[in-house]
Amino acid sequence: MEDLLAARMQMAISLGWHIIFACIGMAMPFFMAYAEWKWMKTKDPIYLDLAKSWSKGVAIFFAVGAVSGTLLSFELGLLWPTFMEHAGPIFGMPFSMEGTAFFVEAIALGVFLYGWDKISPIAHWISGLLVGISGVMSGIFVVAANAWMNSPAGFDFIDGEYINIDPVAAMFNDAWFTQATHMTFAAFASTGFAVAGVHAIMLLRGHKIRFHKEALKIALIFGAIAAFAMPITGDLAAKDVAKRQPAKLAAMEAHYHTSKNAPLIIGGIPNDETQKVEYAIEIPGGLSFLAHGDFDAEVIGLDQIPEDERPPTIVVHFAFQIMVGLGSLMMLIGFIYFFMRWRKWDYINSKWWLRLLALATPIGFIALEAGWTVTEVGRQPWIIYKVMRTKDALTPMPGIQFSLITVVFVYSILTLAVIWLMYRQIKSIHEKYNA
Amino acid sequence: MYTELIMIVMGISLVLYMILGGADFGAGIIELFIGDKSNSTVSRAMAPVWEANHMWLVIAIVILFNGFPKAYVILSTNLHIPILLFLIAIIFRGTAFTFRHYDAYHDKSEKLYSAIFRYSSLLAVFFLGVTISAFFSGTIPNDNTGSFTEQYIYPWFNWFALSVGIFLVTISAYIAGIFLLGEVKTESGYNSIRKFISYTFGLSIISGISIFMTSFFSDLQFHKLFLNHPLSIGTGIIVTLMVPYIFRLIKSRNIWKMRFAVGTQMLLIMIGWFIIQWPNLVVFSDGTSLTMHNAAGPTATMKVLFIALAIGVVIIFPALYFLFRLFKAEPNLK
Repeated sequence: MEDLLAARMQMAISLGWHIIFACIGMAMPFFMAYAEWKWMKTKDPIYLDLAKSWSKGVAIFFAVGAVSGTLLSFELGLLWPTFMEHAGPIFGMPFSMEGTAFFVEAIALGVFLYGWDKISPIAHWISGLLVGISGVMSGIFVVAANAWMNSPAGFDFIDGEYINIDPVAAMFNDAWFTQATHMTFAAFASTGFAVAGVHAIMLLRGHKIRFHKEALKIALIFGAIAAFAMPITGDLAAKDVAKRQPAKLAAMEAHYHTSKNAPLIIGGIPNDETQKVEYAIEIPGGLSFLAHGDFDAEVIGLDQIPEDERPPTIVVHFAFQIMVGLGSLMMLIGFIYFFMRWRKWDYINSKWWLRLLALATPIGFIALEAGWTVTEVGRQPWIIYKVMRTKDALTPMPGIQFSLITVVFVYSILTLAVIWLMYRQIKSIHEKYNA
Repeated sequence: MYTELIMIVMGISLVLYMILGGADFGAGIIELFIGDKSNSTVSRAMAPVWEANHMWLVIAIVILFNGFPKAYVILSTNLHIPILLFLIAIIFRGTAFTFRHYDAYHDKSEKLYSAIFRYSSLLAVFFLGVTISAFFSGTIPNDNTGSFTEQYIYPWFNWFALSVGIFLVTISAYIAGIFLLGEVKTESGYNSIRKFISYTFGLSIISGISIFMTSFFSDLQFHKLFLNHPLSIGTGIIVTLMVPYIFRLIKSRNIWKMRFAVGTQMLLIMIGWFIIQWPNLVVFSDGTSLTMHNAAGPTATMKVLFIALAIGVVIIFPALYFLFRLFKAEPNLK
């Protein structure tokens, strides 16, 4: 296998894997703190149990996220040294701040997990909240660094030299805000749906205990609210992409020909050779409106992008369709949920509803991975947009496929291990409640 | 000026990683040799603090790629292989430790988690030592014209690197032994760890000597650098002279003085190393070197990085103090 391909695959697997644990680490501490809050208010021991059980989940996910994140902080250099040599001093600031946030998260988690009897309940609750807050901060910092790759700022690139470096301007680049908000809500939406889904599965399998019902309620509130925030933050992000990275937007939409009143293409199979999208549904003027807020606005197509600067249309288009499709589905489920709450329906015992939630368990994370694919593959062939190509950043060390095989092997084992551990956590709860 | 200050912050991170992270790795090594009877002590002692202990590495590496990108690039290119091995060991030991602690059932799987935790703790710290050795051994070529072996294998696959790796293993085990003396609850536990400490100490001396021998016989840079720095020789002598004192403290069971003394020893070893290293980050095989000033990023970066680190220090240290106070204030054995 070519080294470039191997390195890209290794990076994709490492990031795609880490992102799941990072997102759970951002969102789940809030579920756990919410449960503890309810316990403090109601003194109902079920909430204490819930907070404790979830905190074990958080501990496991955090540990896995932390070690895979450590790997990533080195992998940037192991695979892309030329990139890091130039980018390090420019976009390093959010990373150095992320170090602090991450540190606080580790400390707060230690206090939360082992400090139940050592500090006052309020202080303990605050430590749980701090885990979540610092987790979200870490996420925002890392995404800000990624946003810089899409929207390089804070330096002048003249004759191959990076001069007038301004790390603060680099951190607050044009893309950081839209990317960070979209990502943060995505963390809550995907984790909320996944956690609610797991508890729904347990209820369906006959473990009709209150533990699962209360857990499902809490997770779903977070998931459903965040699901509504996704299209709003996504729209902001897309408008920003339309302005800054027309090639990425064109690939997302498989928009081959520059045109005014450009249609929104839903589904379909893009064909790079004929420059057409087959079997697609088209909404006239839709793309122009979404990208620029005007049905008659001109949207740049792939034809205006030099051939060697185009991202792979098929991958980006499909990933985008998957993300939007699943995101819409999540919003629909959220809508049904709020409707039922409003009408005071007994949704928690409704079989079809639980089945729907059970089916929806993975969709948040699938959408998350798809969205990540859109932003990363959509940036190709650049590693720093319009400044450095991915292939020019590659390490000179040959034989990266061996490194790839090792990483795949390690992560496969870990994936199985985490699933096995979660299975046993849940089983132990059922034994405790004789359910 | 920022360059020096940032270098000092990185030095502090490395010292703390050496002591706290070292104690953590060492705990796994102790388990490997003492066996199951030590594992509840290790779990209890490590669980609340181990994540935080490993953050120092992340801080150091972020400083390196942010402030000294050229050094980070050399490190991650020529030392790709040992770093990857180190990271994989880190992943396995961290997850195995967490799994052992949080698995809902304590059954046969615990044996597997323990085995993974123990072996990968040893391998992690070994590969860390192997990697670090290349900074001052003078085995990394200054250009990229060499063969695959010269570029990517020899810099870390040599007798000197092996000695440094083993040295780090033994001193990590030594640090962990001293820390755990304050955590064990039984008399027999205390004695077995005490015995273990004597062994690690003997091995530290042997591997310490072999670092000099291998540098000398392979004609590397380390021993020359060391002999040129009287201050480093001084720290080495103090570290050695402290040993009888520490053995007295172990005998009189003075937990806090003991911990403090070992912390001082590690600090001195690290200072001795930094003196040799200053102002070089990497010493190349042709005798030239990459200094921190050559490697440093632009001034604007260094300034911002320094401010970010200063903010970090103000937040992290009080929080860490709180954490350790909460869980480590009273040693169990009085």
